[in-house]
Amino acid sequence: MKFLEYFRRAPKSATLAKDRLSIIVARERAGTHATPDYLPQLQQELLAVIARYEKIDLTHVTVNLDKSGGCEVLELNIQLPDPPAAPSRPTHPAVA
Amino acid sequence: MDYVSSIKEATVSNASKVVVVTSGKGGVGKTTTSANIATGIALQGKKTVAIDFDVGLRNLDLVMGCERRVVYDFVNVIRNEAKLQQSLIRDKRVENLYVLPASQTRDKDALDAEGVGRVINELKEMGFEYIICDSPAGIEKGAQMAMYFADEAIVVTNPEVSSVRDSDRVLGLLAAKTSRAELGGPGIRTHLLLTRYSPAMVKRGEMLSVADVLELLGIPLLGVIPESKAVLQSSNKGTPAILDETTDVAQAYLDVVYRYLGEERQHRFIEEQKRGFFGRLFG
Repeated sequence: MKFLEYFRRAPKSATLAKDRLSIIVARERAGTHATPDYLPQLQQELLAVIARYEKIDLTHVTVNLDKSGGCEVLELNIQLPDPPAAPSRPTHPAVA
Repeated sequence: MDYVSSIKEATVSNASKVVVVTSGKGGVGKTTTSANIATGIALQGKKTVAIDFDVGLRNLDLVMGCERRVVYDFVNVIRNEAKLQQSLIRDKRVENLYVLPASQTRDKDALDAEGVGRVINELKEMGFEYIICDSPAGIEKGAQMAMYFADEAIVVTNPEVSSVRDSDRVLGLLAAKTSRAELGGPGIRTHLLLTRYSPAMVKRGEMLSVADVLELLGIPLLGVIPESKAVLQSSNKGTPAILDETTDVAQAYLDVVYRYLGEERQHRFIEEQKRGFFGRLFG
């Protein structure tokens, strides 16, 4: 039904492609010049230190290097686990 | 000749131009482009050689229709097992056109900067005006050797996400890992060649447009080659498409060659061919 397609709005997958590419290309260009390759190891070691005090896993520590203007920002984001819920007091029916 | 002076000689000489045809991604049309541009430049009376850098997966000989005439190859010359003159294949259709085939039995480690530089210098001394280096896919040794001595680069790109991303990566390498970059002189000149372009799909918003790709990659446009059956048909025959002037691909490559050699040519094959109302309704 070609003539029906004629009236439908065309899917703009090219726009999606361009948006995705602008992001990845910009990131990789910044990456080839600036990002040191020690970031994953830094992340591991930080994790090891933090794990001595808090029980967290790898996905809760992110290390990012951002460039804004002439300034580089090493961003460290540690998400601490939620505090353990206070043990709820069992509400036993009073024993007679 | 030692390593450094081989680099300097290969870079300094202005009489001949070393052009790498590269892309990062495979299957986008590097070999097709190398064959057609080399043929087109030779048709203009310039002494031209196309070198296949895809050691282990040679195909330029097949696309140019001289596969049965390969005796010695690029690696034989690098290793002094054969003379350069013995391994150059002279094209039977076009005067001034030669092919230097890759080795099919070795791997890309057989290429080294010293050897490649020596062969390129020798080609220059033989009076070749254009030395077209057909790069293998990827960014490893073979691709790096193909670009190392280049004065100019033609970056072949399809209007497609992975190809554009890989081209951008290759542009980074061209800016850093060539003798021109290392010597700190003027950098390599880069040109974008957009291949397998379908204006109809672009119009429907289903394919990245020329403008999109230009904006993303930021290098000047050498030309647009439309998606066409003629490319497969010409590789079936071993005759570069540019030799059959009736096809749109041949016209597009001829434009590219003239433009490359400094002639003003308007870009074609960017807009969809006009179709009538009924054509759109029932096409």
